[in-house]
Amino acid sequence: MSQAVLETETAPAARMDLLRFATAGSVDDGKSTLIGRLLYDTKTIFADQLEAVEAASASRGDEYTNLALLTDGLRAEREQGITIDVAYRYFATPRRKFIIADTPGHIQYTRNMVTGASTADLALILVDARKGLVEQSRRHAFLTSLLRVPHLVLCINKMDLVDWDKAVYDKIADEFTSFAAKLEIGDLTIIPVSALNGDNIASRSENSPWYDGPSLLHHLEHVHIASDRNLVDVRFPVQYVIRPQSTTVTDYRGYAGQVASGVLKPGDEVMVLPSGMTSTIAGIDTADGPVDEAFPPMSVTVRLNDEIDISRGDLICRPHNAPAVAQDIEAMICWMDETAPLRVGGKYAIKHTTRTARTVVRGLQYRLDVNTLHRDEQAGELQLNEIGRVRLRTTVPLLADEYRRNRTTGGFILIDESTNRTVGAGMIIEAQ
Amino acid sequence: MSQTKPYRVSHLDALEAESIFVMREVMAEFERPVLLFSGGKDSIVMLRLAEKAFAPARIPFPVMHVDTGHNFAEVLEYRDTRVATLGLNLVVASVQEAIETGLVRELPDGTRNRIQTPVLLAAVEKYRFDALFGGARRDEEKARAKERMFSFRDEFGQWDPKNQRPELWGLYNGKHHPGESIRVFPLSNWTELDVWHYIAKEQIPLPSIYYAHDREVVERGGMFYAVNEFIRLRDGETSEVRRVRYRTVGDASQTAAVLSEADTVEKVIDEVAATRITERGATRGDDKVSEAAMEDRKREGYF
Ligand SMILES: Nc1nc2c(ncn2[C@@H]2O[C@H](COP(=O)(O)OP(=O)(O)O)[C@@H](O)[C@H]2O)c(=O)[nH]1
Ligand SMILES: [Mg+2]
Repeated sequence: MSQAVLETETAPAARMDLLRFATAGSVDDGKSTLIGRLLYDTKTIFADQLEAVEAASASRGDEYTNLALLTDGLRAEREQGITIDVAYRYFATPRRKFIIADTPGHIQYTRNMVTGASTADLALILVDARKGLVEQSRRHAFLTSLLRVPHLVLCINKMDLVDWDKAVYDKIADEFTSFAAKLEIGDLTIIPVSALNGDNIASRSENSPWYDGPSLLHHLEHVHIASDRNLVDVRFPVQYVIRPQSTTVTDYRGYAGQVASGVLKPGDEVMVLPSGMTSTIAGIDTADGPVDEAFPPMSVTVRLNDEIDISRGDLICRPHNAPAVAQDIEAMICWMDETAPLRVGGKYAIKHTTRTARTVVRGLQYRLDVNTLHRDEQAGELQLNEIGRVRLRTTVPLLADEYRRNRTTGGFILIDESTNRTVGAGMIIEAQ
Repeated sequence: MSQTKPYRVSHLDALEAESIFVMREVMAEFERPVLLFSGGKDSIVMLRLAEKAFAPARIPFPVMHVDTGHNFAEVLEYRDTRVATLGLNLVVASVQEAIETGLVRELPDGTRNRIQTPVLLAAVEKYRFDALFGGARRDEEKARAKERMFSFRDEFGQWDPKNQRPELWGLYNGKHHPGESIRVFPLSNWTELDVWHYIAKEQIPLPSIYYAHDREVVERGGMFYAVNEFIRLRDGETSEVRRVRYRTVGDASQTAAVLSEADTVEKVIDEVAATRITERGATRGDDKVSEAAMEDRKREGYF
């Protein structure tokens, strides 16, 4: 492999921001090769890792250095030559730090893709130029939109094997664009690449003079994510109440949490849910001193001017812009448990922001075929990796927004109360 | 909304915010958390994050040192100073004591990394800790790359990689039955370089052995080990004084130093940014055993 030319001097850390992306593709589309390429071109693969991978490849009888072994870290994965679980990888350029959630492609791993996509700013889907769009590509695009990942990149890979034929690229790009149009995908970028040779990965390739878009790395470095955050709706789920038991700090009472959305400032009038009591912000503290404003994803401590009874699970918002205080929830659920299906009447613990309650499944409207998007209204249950629309009733109100408006106050998990396993992921459609 | 400037968040601020969030979740949902403190740079950063997460209150949980008895003097001294300044409660789980009481047996080669695990588990049982903060990072090792932020352990402290709870959004599931526990890794998404950038930004003091100094070392298998009470010269070996620093601090009998001129945090950052070898590959004899060495140890209940 040739090493792309990149700036390597230490970046001023304060100027870098953070982008999380999830990768998806069918087996053999070249996902591991692509990730290996990104790590290699950004000088992230270390010599001893490469050595270990080379040795492992050789002892398995692989003909080429199998970069997949870099990410397939579990014994079972190496033995079976497959990726089982979400693997996290890290690399950085002088502009950005990147966190890759590398998720396996098969339908039996929908759970993993959903997990990786839940926190992703961007999803990267791979297709093999020779095969074009396959069922899995559509499913991956659908999951990207379901999880509201703001940016999607389609890499049409192995362009070297179709002689960099523009017509092949155009056909796949057109087909994907029209499919994506049905899915409410915010921002779509399509890049022709050869992961193996590094074309259009770290720099633009001369093999595709007809392509005038960015290289993959350039796009990852420049895609604008700052405004993906919701800075309008103030949502501050209270995590923990800080009350020092000390002689030096007296009468301190602060509400610790991470800003889910919106901008909070001292002096702002706020409302506390579920009580509905109002007050004003006295100050916003961090260990580095008070701040003039707090916005996502800052972890801060908010003090109020009035003594109100507030505890974990409560939420601070603005009086005229509040989430629903709701016990009846309509949501899309991705079922994640292999031991038992979701059934109507099933009872679970539900964790939503910092609030935990109990819930019962009141109805299953339909199960969605994630490949065809067909809705099966006759379905009686959701098995592992199946997705459907359900109606839930909770024991106490959730302070909830639609997931499409707010990924933090719109998402929840279901927990089996006997095994304590996380069995489902939910995205709220409607709360009342 | 297109204000980018005023609402900018650097990657270090985003990582810090995430780690603080995780620590507060644990404090809110568990009864007896404890922070595993080795005196290494990752646990030092973790301690700083704990300080910041609960300010102006004190850190609301004790710290535990699983003491192999094979320590660098500088690290023990650092530990005791930090603990005193922060007014913390320190629990020491001593491997030496465990050997004396027969809980574990000294290995023929005298290394104590592996026999730490039963000592750790016995302390967890004794103090009934239900959440243990560890400083492991996912960039360190490929089994760790697959471990969750909240890593469930059964009543034997064992990790089952095929039976992990999915982690979505910031919704961590810490539910467990009595006797079971959760290992929590607030630094999961940090890299070695992030840790150093943070140490620089926060001006966190470190034990001096992290910076370049002259030391009597012996070269073994391409690694430089300090010659001291734990590592003695074998027949045919010679020692020499080299300028070195430590990239990780573990069991003093198994942790090697790297040749380095980096005697300030800025120089260390430059060095780490340019290095081509992972920190474990460069310094840990214990990880070289097999391709799945770490996975196996974690399954047994290791950190
Ligand atoms: N010719 C060519 N082969 C590729 C390219 N990308 C990947 N491959 C090959 O396709 C096969 C599968 O790649 P891999 O990265 O393991 O796919 P994964 O299953 O998606 O992770 C390997 O033999 C790769 O060398 C490419 O751009 N061009
Ligand atoms: Mg692969």
